[in-house]
Amino acid sequence: MQADDVANSEDRKRWMSILARAPLAELQHLLQDGPALPEATRLRGPECGLVMVRGRMGGGGDAFNLGEMAVTRCSVRLADGTVGHAYVKGRDLAQAELAAQVDAALQNAQMRPRLMCQVIDKLAAAQAAIRAGNAARAAATQVQFFTMATMRS
Amino acid sequence: MSMLLPGFVEPVGQSQSCFRAVLDAMAHPGRIQYVGRQSAPSPLCAAGAAVLLTLLDDDTPTWLDTDFITAGEWLAFHCGAPLVPRAQAAFAVARDMPALSTLHPGSDVAPENAATLVLQVAELGRGESYLLAGPGLREPATLHVRGLPSDFIAQWHANHARFPVGIDMILCSGEQIAALPRSVEIA
Repeated sequence: MQADDVANSEDRKRWMSILARAPLAELQHLLQDGPALPEATRLRGPECGLVMVRGRMGGGGDAFNLGEMAVTRCSVRLADGTVGHAYVKGRDLAQAELAAQVDAALQNAQMRPRLMCQVIDKLAAAQAAIRAGNAARAAATQVQFFTMATMRS
Repeated sequence: MSMLLPGFVEPVGQSQSCFRAVLDAMAHPGRIQYVGRQSAPSPLCAAGAAVLLTLLDDDTPTWLDTDFITAGEWLAFHCGAPLVPRAQAAFAVARDMPALSTLHPGSDVAPENAATLVLQVAELGRGESYLLAGPGLREPATLHVRGLPSDFIAQWHANHARFPVGIDMILCSGEQIAALPRSVEIA
């Protein structure tokens, strides 16, 4: 696979979204074993900012501003020119920088298989477990609403 | 794949001090200001890079001369400035000076919409001498520049004659800048 293909691939979207949700401590813990990440130069940041989160009532409602949230971003470059990006929730500069380094390393074909199984797959499993737990708790208290129209038919 | 270079290492302080340098340069036409070290995508000079990082954002349509096309990726990453044809640009960046009449001069209703030409010259402080007079200069001042075209004074006369519309110029070389606002007379 060519470098440009990796940079725009669905795989990269998946690992970037998983990295965006990974807490710093967990990421550091998973990276402890195995060779160190390659040296990276900072291109931009890490820097904090605010983004406006927008919401919409139902499917057809008007968009409204739900509120602002803190986001930290970082972009780094490896010696071979590969650029890694990360946007993470919150104000943890180290988390954003580490996530960007992992994104850059994952674009390298030699490092990808090991990092995928050592880091991304484990993070994905942990995040899926949390989501499943939340969904189960919510499902237990779910109430079904029927409109009059539905009941008549 | 070209190597993407960093922008300002310390964005707040560096962009403020560079903005100050541009302000001072505009207020004192022809006075040379230092903007400090900055990594820049070749062949763009450090001062040119710092000026672009400071002044450009996604609201400033920009035209890059063919010499600087390689800086397009760097500019898009750090500033997000859209690249447009020369006549529509708010900022034009060049090494071979384009004819001033081909840039957007603003209008009498909105002279502030005129283009600013960021021109990289061979050398500031040495070379051809230009005598400047006008607002900001109690006495006529001399600016030495190497690398302006031979018909520059004639072009500038035409540009100055259109005041309040007209093009402003920021000359860059190495780590130095000097400005020529449209209000200045050059002989």
